[in-house]
Amino acid sequence: MPKVTIDGKEIEVAPGTNLIEAARQLGIDIPHYCYHPSLSIAGQCRLCMVDIEKAPRPTIACNTQAADGMVVHTQTDRVKETRRSVMEFHLINHPLDCPVCDQAGECWLQIYYMKHGLYEPRMKDEKVHKPKAVPLGPHVILDAERCILCSRCVRFCDEVTRTGELGIFNRGDHSEIGLFPGMDLENKYSGNVVDICPVGALTDRDFRFQVRVWYLDTAKSICPGCARGCNIEVHVNRRRPHHAEGRRVARLKPRFNAAVNKWWMCDAGRYGFTFVDDADRLTTPSRREGDATIPISWEEAIAAVKAALTGPADGIGVLASPRMSNEDLFVLRRILDTLGLRQVAFRVPPAAAGDQDNLLIRADKNPNTRGAELIGLDGDASAILAAARAGKLTALLVFHHDLLDSGWPAVEVREALGRVGTVIFAGTNASATSLASHYVLPSAAWVEREGTFTNFEGRVQRFRTAVEPLGESRADWEWLGQLLVALGQAPAGERAERWFRALTAAVPAFAGLSYQSIGDEGQPT
Amino acid sequence: MSESAPHVEPLLMRNFARADSHTLGAYHETGGYTALDKARAMEPAAITEEVKKSNLRGLGGAGFPTGMKWSFIPKGHTGPVYLVVNADEGEPGTFKDRYLLERDPHALIEGMIITARAIRCEKAFIYIRGEYVEPWRRFTAAVREAYDAGYLGRGFDIVMHRGAGAYICGEETGLISSLEGKKGWPKVKPPFPAIKGAFGAPTIVNNVETLCHLPHIINRGAEWFAKLGTATQGGTRMYSVSGRIKRPGVYEESCAITLRQLIERAGGVSGNGVLKGVVPGGSSAPILTAQEIDVTMDVDGLRKAGTMAGSAGVIVFDETVSIPEALMVVARFYAHESCGQCTPCRETTGWIYKMSHRIVEGHGSKDDLDTILDLSKRGAGTTICAFFDGAVGPYISYIEKFRSEFEALIPK
Repeated sequence: MPKVTIDGKEIEVAPGTNLIEAARQLGIDIPHYCYHPSLSIAGQCRLCMVDIEKAPRPTIACNTQAADGMVVHTQTDRVKETRRSVMEFHLINHPLDCPVCDQAGECWLQIYYMKHGLYEPRMKDEKVHKPKAVPLGPHVILDAERCILCSRCVRFCDEVTRTGELGIFNRGDHSEIGLFPGMDLENKYSGNVVDICPVGALTDRDFRFQVRVWYLDTAKSICPGCARGCNIEVHVNRRRPHHAEGRRVARLKPRFNAAVNKWWMCDAGRYGFTFVDDADRLTTPSRREGDATIPISWEEAIAAVKAALTGPADGIGVLASPRMSNEDLFVLRRILDTLGLRQVAFRVPPAAAGDQDNLLIRADKNPNTRGAELIGLDGDASAILAAARAGKLTALLVFHHDLLDSGWPAVEVREALGRVGTVIFAGTNASATSLASHYVLPSAAWVEREGTFTNFEGRVQRFRTAVEPLGESRADWEWLGQLLVALGQAPAGERAERWFRALTAAVPAFAGLSYQSIGDEGQPT
Repeated sequence: MSESAPHVEPLLMRNFARADSHTLGAYHETGGYTALDKARAMEPAAITEEVKKSNLRGLGGAGFPTGMKWSFIPKGHTGPVYLVVNADEGEPGTFKDRYLLERDPHALIEGMIITARAIRCEKAFIYIRGEYVEPWRRFTAAVREAYDAGYLGRGFDIVMHRGAGAYICGEETGLISSLEGKKGWPKVKPPFPAIKGAFGAPTIVNNVETLCHLPHIINRGAEWFAKLGTATQGGTRMYSVSGRIKRPGVYEESCAITLRQLIERAGGVSGNGVLKGVVPGGSSAPILTAQEIDVTMDVDGLRKAGTMAGSAGVIVFDETVSIPEALMVVARFYAHESCGQCTPCRETTGWIYKMSHRIVEGHGSKDDLDTILDLSKRGAGTTICAFFDGAVGPYISYIEKFRSEFEALIPK
């Protein structure tokens, strides 16, 4: 293992480690634009120059592998002068339109100019003009004048998605990023080019001009879009509620996790959060009377659920959801055990088969199928439907599924729902199923609460509260816990973590885990 | 006045006077393909050793010792090794390779076969500048003759490739990228081509003129060849002499000739007859003033004089030439030809052209000259390839050596 000395600190690194990564391990930041750990070395931006002893002039750190005995300096006068020069070069033809640029506040031109530039501007000639506001695809828009031609987006499309939509066209200072003829940037991961673009050249069509980034708050979370469980950050706008037409969730960004999603997330997950602030959100418990929907209190709702579930056990069906967290499912499991209910299942077939690929996307579009299996809720869903159709159920409790928009024939579902004495629906948004239910309980969306999901590989991962629950909606574990108390059981506590602790004691697969040990990166069951 | 240079026996241009010099018949008549027989009797390592001893240096621009370059191919490598011939002659003021391709294509083919034996290569590519239609036609015909005569095809093939007119594709790794079907962007080094070049295989890139010397070295020996030049560069080379010169054209002379002798050989300065300066090695070479021309034209002689031998494109400026205008022209060239891959070159070549243009138009400011010099010095040595280092040659030398001419154009 080669040992290098960087700024006087020695470190042993794996063979093949470049100087940027070796320095990073020492907590030393070598500024760079074109280098990205998951992409090939381009060596184009020329910002990552360091001094290596015995080398005649500064060398790019990205293309230099740490060699045994190498002595590197990142703060010599020569290196600082080179960085200042390269910053000036980068900005010669940059429009300096920060006040109207969406990247302002998270732009590496701004950051590195303040850290390493701070030169006196000398450019007084007309800058090179290039195309602006060019839509590249459904999610990404290009401002070629702001582009520093680091080629990260080109390499991403060549090397990660292997779709090759982007290229650099023309030469010299007229070079610009563009689409190859006949192509659009519409691969399933296109949004990632916005994340890796270090400047304001590629911005997100969904997010741009909605809210300034410095008004955003961030919470670490897990994408609920499929069984992969990509690690993400949820960016919410609470401080400027009058912006973005009241939309609270501004955007989702992938969060690095070497074991799950690396730096990436798919577009379906990235843009799949709009239900959170949708007009059809359920915000208050309600009861249906004929065609009328009557708002009720949570106490009334819980009393109604209790009444419905305490009938004869073989007349009661429960359709849990793999969209529920481990904590939700565990409280539900307690309720079922308390009441001796056995007709429980969670696998409602989806309306359409899910797509899957070799990168991240899983065909199972639920975040917690594995958790629901481990917690023991894997019954025969079609048998429950059949029992309902046969008029054998007095009560059916449905979580999150829109049964009328599923793989089951809608005629059969409608017939079944019509024959159940009391249909109770819990979920975040109104659906045909919620409209066909007698009682509707509003669930808090995943960004409005905390919990854990178990991904398809059995990795338990935490998601945290990013924003308050909308209206009177509650986390499922919360109202289910209140139901359990109503059923005469001792309360487990007012935090999801308490339920998780109870889960680890009760279900062997989760033994030994805790919120603390799961941390930000998750932990295998 | 200096002594005029001794006449040297032409090697590269020996057949140029014949109208049929490009044919196999003419090449045979003048001893063609006899070096090949000799080389076939030699061990590959012995050929490389002979070339090292000959002090042959790359004649495309960098002046790197040819034998040493060959020896960088990893020992014990078992996969394919490629020879790539750089015939993308694009350095302004250089037009020697086109003569060789047109008038003695078999010399290049023989040189390629000998080189292939030395580096154990079974397939060579020749990358011919797109504008060189006639050279391409002549060379293609010669390759066909060589196949018919059995010189090619038995374990060694030549693949023809034509460029599309980008200067940067003459840079060896830009050429390789282009050959591979990619945009002609130079590659980040390391790895160097001899380790990982065309299509990922070890690759030797040599200039046309360099390879044309090989039959002579093999036939007449390294020592004889080395003695034709200076202590560190053997042989002759072809000087492309242009600009304000009475008899512009290609001259084959020893590497030991001085610039003054070369100008005399080409008939002396035209225009008003008074020399202002000379660019000795293609547009990227720093300019020499009229007082600086008593230098030998070999790689090290010109390096010591603060310029470079480059491609031996000698551009003569008489006193009536405006240096600021000349700078504007070369700056426009470099701005146009910068590949745009890495930042210092991409961004500054355009700006420097704008400033030089502004100065010539009479809108310059005092700071512009210092800004050009500063950008040149800051950018040099920071890029992926040598393009910008070449551009800096004229930027710095024209301004530093002829500053008053520029200042005269700047409004007070």
